[in-house]
Amino acid sequence: MIRSHVLICGGTGCTSSGSVTIQERLQKELDAKGLSEEIKVVQTGCFGLCALGPIMIVYPEGTFYSMVTVDDIPEIVEEHLLKGRIVERLVYNDTGSAEPSVEVTSLNDTAFYKKQKRVALRNCGVINPEKIEEYIAMDGYFALGKVLTEMSPDDVINCILDSGIRGRGGGGFPTGRKWMFAKASVSDKKYVVCNADEGDPGAFMDRSILEGDPHALIEAMAIAGYAIGADEGYVYVRAEYPIAVKRLNIAINQAREQGLLGKNIFGTDFCFDMHIRLGAGAFVCGEETALLTSIEGNRGEPRPRPPFPAVKGLFGKPTVINNVETYANIPQIILKGAEWFASMGTEKSKGTKVFALGGKITNTGLVEIPMGTTLREVVEEIGGGIPNGKKFKAAQTGGPSGGCIPASLIDTPIDYDNLIAIGSMMGSGGLIIMDEDTCMVDMAKFFLEFTVDESCGKCAPCRIGTVRMLEILNKITSGNGEMEDLDKLEELANYIKSASLCGLGQTAPNPVLSTIKNFRDEYIAHIVDKKCPAGVCKDLLSYSIIADKCKGCTLCSRVCPAGAISGTVKEPHVIDTDKCVKCGACIEKCKFGAIVKK
Amino acid sequence: MKSLEELMKIREQMKDKVAIRNGSGDIRVVVGMATCGISAGARPVLNTFVEEVTNAGLADKVTVTQTGCIGICQYEPVVEIFEDGKEKVTYVKMDADKAKRIVKEHLEGGKPVEEYTIGNTNL
Repeated sequence: MIRSHVLICGGTGCTSSGSVTIQERLQKELDAKGLSEEIKVVQTGCFGLCALGPIMIVYPEGTFYSMVTVDDIPEIVEEHLLKGRIVERLVYNDTGSAEPSVEVTSLNDTAFYKKQKRVALRNCGVINPEKIEEYIAMDGYFALGKVLTEMSPDDVINCILDSGIRGRGGGGFPTGRKWMFAKASVSDKKYVVCNADEGDPGAFMDRSILEGDPHALIEAMAIAGYAIGADEGYVYVRAEYPIAVKRLNIAINQAREQGLLGKNIFGTDFCFDMHIRLGAGAFVCGEETALLTSIEGNRGEPRPRPPFPAVKGLFGKPTVINNVETYANIPQIILKGAEWFASMGTEKSKGTKVFALGGKITNTGLVEIPMGTTLREVVEEIGGGIPNGKKFKAAQTGGPSGGCIPASLIDTPIDYDNLIAIGSMMGSGGLIIMDEDTCMVDMAKFFLEFTVDESCGKCAPCRIGTVRMLEILNKITSGNGEMEDLDKLEELANYIKSASLCGLGQTAPNPVLSTIKNFRDEYIAHIVDKKCPAGVCKDLLSYSIIADKCKGCTLCSRVCPAGAISGTVKEPHVIDTDKCVKCGACIEKCKFGAIVKK
Repeated sequence: MKSLEELMKIREQMKDKVAIRNGSGDIRVVVGMATCGISAGARPVLNTFVEEVTNAGLADKVTVTQTGCIGICQYEPVVEIFEDGKEKVTYVKMDADKAKRIVKEHLEGGKPVEEYTIGNTNL
């Protein structure tokens, strides 16, 4: 009889920090102690707190262990699992209160989870994603059962419309309307497609859902199939997500074995089956028309819309295409009702949104919050603030298509329309936090380099325009910028936005435009003063030694890879700026704070 | 899958098996599992509690867990039952049969088995 469950995160983050080896060792220890009949080890999906992985939770106590190593396993087994003594030194216990308490009765009491509301991620870190029975135990496939036995396709679409859910992949188009259009299109064949080609740098919520709760996606796609009258689905997923692909494959096969995919599901006339297609790593294939073209076996290039996929999509047939996170919400909406979903969030943005929190933040990871939560709550409470006592400078949302939110707007409630109003966008939910050491011009350059690399080259504004913009940014960061470059950047940006064929080009200039708008001072400092205030752009920096502080310990001259520092023992040293490669190795080593970069 | 009933059957079979992950139930049964407890036979007691609680369909309400040494080693195995708003009940010198009775009378019936409690044991 099982008396305790040990859940170990098997998401990509924790797997890469060794959770598989930990699980094997744990099973071995349990076998050796004769506990394997009493204690069950369960591999789950992502818990969200990726920075502290590998993560392990022991139930029924709900003890949350973080940064577990293989060497900790014998102690956990002997002390906790056998004798019931919690291994305090491994317990993650950020309850936000000053008094440390050993007994964390609920994970939801920790600052990281307290403000979160898990809908799309509800099963991630709770069930074993490779066992369909565990999904069913959490009411899995009951939504599909409900729509097939109690609801008409129109009922389903109305329910999704009433819930107010909008696409979680970028544009924020109302999901119910998409389904309505696809249902209204008359055709002998229709398709349901899932966009799992998650490409924004830093975003990984779709991967975590696929890894942690793949059946939710399958169930939702079958529901969409019933609603629009399709019997076939495709999931287009990145080949760079091997764990997600493997689990999705397992899940599809289990669903087929159980008769939840295939013919006459729940004894009705409804038939539905699905396939996986792997992406080959092109960012543009996350754009829906390029994605469909790629599934058809052609080179992944976008085409003009209209016609929209709902009218003419995959293989020229009406197609509904949504992203993973959107689908993950659907079964919950069907089971709990449109009103329940619409009760969360703001007036025009309902429900919750998952964000991949990264950058200069204490708690890196995956967070799901109700729409309308302020950026301040995310950064200061859930995220645990900025490390090393630095100040919050800005947050980048929407990846290479989005923009930045400056510190002055930190109290903005996050939803689709507010983000657009302040010059950013929701995007797929990457949320990169930047502190005072981040150079905004450099950041804009980083994202533009990404879009230049990923532009498919089909249309000129995107292919040529983004390169021209990048050249101007390089000119500015190398100290050769002129004030009129700013006007040129803005002019080019507006042309690219209005003339590009697809979303990639139409949004590519956003990081540049929003940093010029919110951090114009920094651009001016680069152009006029030839200085990088954050000390990032190497060409604008120079290193020097303050003679009064230098004790002549020679450490800096020994670590300098370029031999640029000279001086005799116990005498102040000097940096030859011509030889200096600005690597910063000397600053790191100097114990007297005698080296400065300006 | 031919019908909703079939799906419900799987859910019912599985529900108890994952209920443990909901964390604390209303009632907590804590078994002393330090060296003293284990050598006095706490493990069969713990396992009996888990088994009987699940069989009685109480897994949603009752959490069975273990703890370290309570400090009264000569009375091990010791089991304490915590319930919100009620006084803690401490059972001593437990064995598997006593555990079965406690699940039936105390956890199901709501009436502590007085004769097994620490107050009624000759010290």
